Amino acid sequence: MNEREKLVKELEDYFGKKVLDDFKNERNPSIELIMRTLGNAYYNEKKRLIMLGNKKEKRTFLSLGQAKKFMQTLLIASQLKKNLQEDQPAIGTRQLFYLLKHNIEGTNENTFDEQRKETDPVVEDIEVTLDTLREKLGLFAVPDGYLVGSMKVYDRKTDDTLDYTKMGLGGGAIPALVEDEYYHIKEIGAKFILVVEKYQVWQLLNQEKFWKNNNCLLMTGKGQSARAPRRLLARLNREFKLPVYVFTDLDPWGYYIHSVYKQGSINLAYFSEKAGVPDAKFLGLTTKDIEKYDIPKKNWIKLNHLDYKRIKELRKYPWFKKKEWQDELKRLEEFKYKVESDSLVAKKIDFTAKNYLPDKIEKKDFLS
Amino acid sequence: MANKYREVAVSEFFEKNKHLLGFDNPTKALLTVVKEAVDNGLDATEEAGILPDIYVRVKNIRNDIYELTMEDNGPGIEKKYVKEVFGRLLYGSKFKSLGEEGIQSRGQQGIGISASILYGQLTTGEPAKIESKVKNKVHYSCDLHIDTSKNVPVIENEKNLETAKEQGTKIVIKLKGSYRKSKGVEDYIKYTSVTNPHAHIVYVDPENKKHTYKRVTQKLPKLPKSIAPHPHGTELGTLIKMLSRTKSKTLYNFFRNDFSKVGDTVARDILFSFQVRKAGLKQTMKPTEVTKQQAESLLTAMQTAKLQRPPTECLSPIGEENLIKGLSKEYKADFVTACTRSVSVYRAIPFQVEVGLLYSSELPEEQSIDLIRYANKVPMMYQQSECAIHKAVVGTQWRRYGLNQPKGSLPIGPAILTVHIASVWVPFISEGKQAIASYPEIVKEMKLALSDVGRRLYRYVSAQRKKYAEEKRIKIFTKYGVEVATALSELTNENEEKINSWITKIIDKQRL
Repeated sequence: MNEREKLVKELEDYFGKKVLDDFKNERNPSIELIMRTLGNAYYNEKKRLIMLGNKKEKRTFLSLGQAKKFMQTLLIASQLKKNLQEDQPAIGTRQLFYLLKHNIEGTNENTFDEQRKETDPVVEDIEVTLDTLREKLGLFAVPDGYLVGSMKVYDRKTDDTLDYTKMGLGGGAIPALVEDEYYHIKEIGAKFILVVEKYQVWQLLNQEKFWKNNNCLLMTGKGQSARAPRRLLARLNREFKLPVYVFTDLDPWGYYIHSVYKQGSINLAYFSEKAGVPDAKFLGLTTKDIEKYDIPKKNWIKLNHLDYKRIKELRKYPWFKKKEWQDELKRLEEFKYKVESDSLVAKKIDFTAKNYLPDKIEKKDFLS
Repeated sequence: MANKYREVAVSEFFEKNKHLLGFDNPTKALLTVVKEAVDNGLDATEEAGILPDIYVRVKNIRNDIYELTMEDNGPGIEKKYVKEVFGRLLYGSKFKSLGEEGIQSRGQQGIGISASILYGQLTTGEPAKIESKVKNKVHYSCDLHIDTSKNVPVIENEKNLETAKEQGTKIVIKLKGSYRKSKGVEDYIKYTSVTNPHAHIVYVDPENKKHTYKRVTQKLPKLPKSIAPHPHGTELGTLIKMLSRTKSKTLYNFFRNDFSKVGDTVARDILFSFQVRKAGLKQTMKPTEVTKQQAESLLTAMQTAKLQRPPTECLSPIGEENLIKGLSKEYKADFVTACTRSVSVYRAIPFQVEVGLLYSSELPEEQSIDLIRYANKVPMMYQQSECAIHKAVVGTQWRRYGLNQPKGSLPIGPAILTVHIASVWVPFISEGKQAIASYPEIVKEMKLALSDVGRRLYRYVSAQRKKYAEEKRIKIFTKYGVEVATALSELTNENEEKINSWITKIIDKQRL
């Protein structure tokens, strides 16, 4: 039985047979799902990852508040089963939404009205409960990330070989499916990966051939990263032992973006084991960099109340409890300013590529 | 002396008091004439122990001239009394003051049919036409008008008719009026039939449309009894009037004979009291010789005398059964209930309150309930907000009973509420007799009756809501169940029809 057949069987057993038995035996039909709330997420110190606990909740049919969601869960489960059985091409959740959206007979109500509020959460429920990933269920998440550097990949679906040194100014888009069965990494020349928060910073570094000069892969998830770039980063780190450096703005949001690459997020806690990179290093910007590299004050921006609030929240997260992070958060609070990574150009356009980044990497000046 | 007091120069009196008599505008005038005629018919039949068959027709003769015809199956009126019954204004038992000898009657409600005849005569110049048939006597007809200068009825054009009719009276009055559909004649007759389910009423409206109000009970209401006044409820003016008119020769006999609940002891208590002796009154004195000042001291003694409550067996309520029958024959009922309170007393006058409530999904849900007010079984069509009934309904916490109620307003909901007060002497706020004065005892009794039906309504409404919520639940499960069956069939390869039958079964088990 291959993985696909195994999943089909799991969908049939868990969302089909069990529920049917409930109906036959005149029990209130229910599905047991692993909770995806904050209350069921925890920080695993040993693995250094945010993970999902085992708390479960029942979704029952004969309950006014849950009947519709129960129906939607079964509709999605049956559609996924069908697609897998028929070996259909992977689809996005928006397409899944349109596949299932229809008028309920004899009413003026639809099965689904909103993809984000109705379809997506149920897909996540199924992923978590069957301990799998949507990519394996014939779905993909919309990717938003770019990559350049010395790497060759064979795309099994299209039979293309991708050379990431020849991607031009736009770089190579990270596809939705980055598992080996679609995306086979053949060759890697790079020695480390630099993940850049901002697309414009990434774009400038690409033009300056930073990846060539430093023999690295240059990647961006464009702000808060989608699933595919994170999963790819984890594969490169685990399978090819490439160190990962993260470069973000100096503000609590930048720190958090780094932490998501590193430990995962609460929302997608079940995805951390697949996509977390606990050894990722935070290159900057740090508070100390401002003085060290003499970033002019004209480029500083005052922290607002939301920033302060976010700093307080970060200090409480277990994965920010390390002394170096607590100190950094305290320094930022006292510094009272934030600094965008884009602003380094004010010193000199190629300052980031020529001075700041190589210097930081060489001196191993990072937070981990 | 007595006669002078009772009979006033008629047309003069009429002109001055038009508004009090219910003729202030053409709409009201038409309603008043219909009302007087219908009340007369109902009273005549009931008093004779006959189940009423009433025929009413309102016809538009020309422009604003209408013709009312009312025919009953009562005992008829002897030819020699026709003048007295129809022609003399303020004659008979209609005009009374508080505390006089009283009987619960519809007649209290108005000035009498003669005023209607006079109104018709003054506005159209035409006499009333009267027909009457007493059993085993001739069927007699005549025209009747009132000579306003002499204040005497004049009969003309007398005839004996060939007839198959056994008994009954018919009156035709032409008058200046205006017809309106809602809260007018039609509603009046409908409301009347609600509280008189023993009556069969046919009404033909100006568009020649026939409305039939069926009789739903063969039982006549118990006849009210006349009672003598109770000393505690007597006012000075009444006392003076009574003293001047009594047939009793001595003050002692006056008290014994002309009041209720006055025996030998009470009569002596009053007459030998300090104030009465001080005023120089003796028990052997002639009542007609008592002065106004002396009457005042008599009244003080009367009001402090220890007495039994007035007799209560004198009233004739509609009764819960008939309230329910009456309401449900005119409206489709989902729920109907009624409450007849026991007799109570205000100012030594017995009265009785009854409430009927009908709830129907066919009535408008978002509007105020329909409140129908009755005094001695006669609907009151005007001055609702000034009435004690309105006050009692508004002052009841309907939210507790499952109806919405904006502050200071009638409750909202698909319901009709009838409130009836029966009394020997109904305390109207004015001679228009369209609203009841808010005596605390009366409002209290009304509120008690209203809460009683309110509590019963609540039980019904909450049971309904529970049922509705259950239906809604089942509807929701059924709706999603169809989709669930399709999905389950895909997931299990089980037959969809089969799955559907299991789902239906489990949903059915949800019914309580």
